Amino acid sequence: MIQFDAVHKRFPNGTTAVHDLSLEMPEGGVTVLVGSSGCGKTTTLRMINRMIEPTSGVIKVGGKDVTQQDAAELRRSIGYVIQQSGLFPHRTVLDNIATVPLLLGHGRKKARARAAELLETVGLAADAGKRYPHQLSGGQQQRVGVARALAADPPVLLMDEPFGAVDPVVRTQLQDELLRLQKELNKTIVFVTHDIDEAVRLGDRIAIFRTGGHLVQCAAPAELLARPADDFVADFLGAERGLKLLSLTTLAEVPQGSAPEGGTWTLVVDEARKPLHWATKGAEIPVRPLKDGDSLLAALNESVASPTGLIARVDAAGVLTGVSSRDDIHTHAGQAHAEARTHTGTTRTTETEAAAA
Amino acid sequence: MTIDWSWIGDHTDDLTSLTFSHLQAALTAVFLGLLISLPLAVVAHRVRPLRGFLLGLSNVLFTIPSIAIFVLLLPISGLTRTTTVIGLTVYTLVVLLRNTVEGLDSVPAKTKEAAKAMGTRPLRTLLTVELPLALPVIMAGVRIATVMSISLVSVATYIGDGGLGQLFTDGFQRDFPTPVIVGVVLTLLLAVVADAALVALQYVLTPWKRRRA
Amino acid sequence: MFELFKNLAKWLTSGSQWAGTDGIAHRLAEHLQYSLLATLIAAAIGLPLGLLIGHTGKGAFLAINLASFGRALPTVGLVVLVFLASGLSMWPVYIALVALAVPSIVTNTYAGMTAVDPDVKDAARGQGMRGHQVLFQVELPLALPLIMTGLRLALIQVVSTATVAAYVSFGGLGRFVFDGLAQRDLVQVLGGAVLVAVVAIVLDLGLSGLQRFLFRHRTA
Repeated sequence: MIQFDAVHKRFPNGTTAVHDLSLEMPEGGVTVLVGSSGCGKTTTLRMINRMIEPTSGVIKVGGKDVTQQDAAELRRSIGYVIQQSGLFPHRTVLDNIATVPLLLGHGRKKARARAAELLETVGLAADAGKRYPHQLSGGQQQRVGVARALAADPPVLLMDEPFGAVDPVVRTQLQDELLRLQKELNKTIVFVTHDIDEAVRLGDRIAIFRTGGHLVQCAAPAELLARPADDFVADFLGAERGLKLLSLTTLAEVPQGSAPEGGTWTLVVDEARKPLHWATKGAEIPVRPLKDGDSLLAALNESVASPTGLIARVDAAGVLTGVSSRDDIHTHAGQAHAEARTHTGTTRTTETEAAAA
Repeated sequence: MTIDWSWIGDHTDDLTSLTFSHLQAALTAVFLGLLISLPLAVVAHRVRPLRGFLLGLSNVLFTIPSIAIFVLLLPISGLTRTTTVIGLTVYTLVVLLRNTVEGLDSVPAKTKEAAKAMGTRPLRTLLTVELPLALPVIMAGVRIATVMSISLVSVATYIGDGGLGQLFTDGFQRDFPTPVIVGVVLTLLLAVVADAALVALQYVLTPWKRRRA
Repeated sequence: MFELFKNLAKWLTSGSQWAGTDGIAHRLAEHLQYSLLATLIAAAIGLPLGLLIGHTGKGAFLAINLASFGRALPTVGLVVLVFLASGLSMWPVYIALVALAVPSIVTNTYAGMTAVDPDVKDAARGQGMRGHQVLFQVELPLALPLIMTGLRLALIQVVSTATVAAYVSFGGLGRFVFDGLAQRDLVQVLGGAVLVAVVAIVLDLGLSGLQRFLFRHRTA
């Protein structure tokens, strides 16, 4: 859907921001660009909607060369979300969201109706529309920013560290929202972040850049974590990348048995058969039950904290279905790693191939 | 309209004394303004309710046309240099008060806290931390006040003083442009030189702001 | 002193003083008329200039330093010079009024434009607004508070200059000051000064109030 072909960006002061970039961003998926400051990820993003012009090379969106189109019209067909949201302080929230539809010539009424729809889509109350941006919290402002980007229903969404300016709790909520929206809308999203955990959480594909604008590796998160192309990537992924990989697999495949009767510890449940805590003579340890959709990483975390090494498993309603053992979880964790290691599909640059040779 | 160069040649003595008189009035006003505005600004900065009142009052005073202020002072101090200086000081005071308060506002709270945490008493903090850090903004105010003052002195010609301003009334009365042109040029020159001198002074007084070579 | 105040009060409130071509009412109207007209013309020149420099970023040096230059220019000298140079006619004095008002409009308009959050401008471009759309839909509305300040300052400046212009036979409230000086009538001189001061203060407070009201939705 979005294609970079040997793209260079060199600024007038001599710095090379992007170096010989060839990359494909699949339609309907989230491609995350990560790297530390100065690696060219934001420059790459901003070349897609021509906020920055490439020095050489071709960028195509939907098969069409971006430099061959009128820049303003191109941007009206691409959603753009930035870190500080950049909402217009002199317009109401509703009018902010309605910006692109109005630019496209839809009537004011129609644009505002569409904006009201989007308020709901991004999880904001209807009366937020009448307020001014400064009256909203940071997280709410960002939601408005996303709504504004989606107003004209563009196929492509560009997001430049959109959740960087909010606190971690709000950030997780916004990430959840984005994943939910993406399931519904299936946009082609290009997402820039310096936070590898965010990248692993959100990305269908992750492209890692090195300072100087070099693409080092582009792959699905599991593959990236299991087979980093070189030391730079391994370092960037962090020392716990083995564990991070487990956040990508769910508990669903891990077998469960019935809760043990007798023994030092018993699992205490309430009348509705929802787990409460582990109990022994004179002590209680709280239990955090896990659903099938929760990750292996959460399961591992729970099994380590559990006095019996067993984790409580529940259904969607929270009712106890069984327990899983630490050993079973470990076995499955190992399997997850093995699968990620053997799965092919990394886009390697010629540099890393040469380095591997 | 032509300049009578010989007139200039004939009157260099007068021109020199007028220029000095002009400069003296302006600089006195700036100096007095600083003297009064500094403590006033500290008070305005520290005492919340007074701040609004003082700044509001000074805004109102600033609005009044200079000729009106000079005239309104006549019953008090008559057609003297005192009237001129008092009138000018009203304006320099307003500008300096505004800028000094702004300068004090601009000192980061964390810096003041650090000084307090090290056991520095308020007066010493004011003199050794707040005022030096507020200096750039205060100096900007001094520059504005000085240039403005130099320009306003000539309005006092209507109350019999006026420094170089007297050249304007003289030229008008005789339908003779030369002194007027000379007056304008000299006033502008004074302003430029004074401003440049103050820039140099600011450079000397704020070594931490100098760019590395 | 007290005598003086009594006479001044009488002068300011007596009906005969207000009536007629030389009366307060007429002079006041004249003064306001000159001031408003000159400010409008200065705005017609200064606003586009300030907007252009602010939007394109070129010529910033001019915008920043114009105000300093305007501040240094002696009003009396300029007015007299222009009057003499034009062979004692009125129009050039009008031009001087306008010229002295332009700097604060340009400088404040430019300051307003540069104070606009660059992220907001970036987002505006990113949504697909063209240059002129960013200027008129985003930059100008956001710069408006400072632009209005510039216009207000210009108006006050013109009120002041127009007073001085009475020296070279302009009308307006300055007439009382200069006629009074010529006639050694201190009450008249003071009356003119009080009137001019009041006009300036009322205009300034009124416009500031209007500004606060218009922009009550904005943050500081």
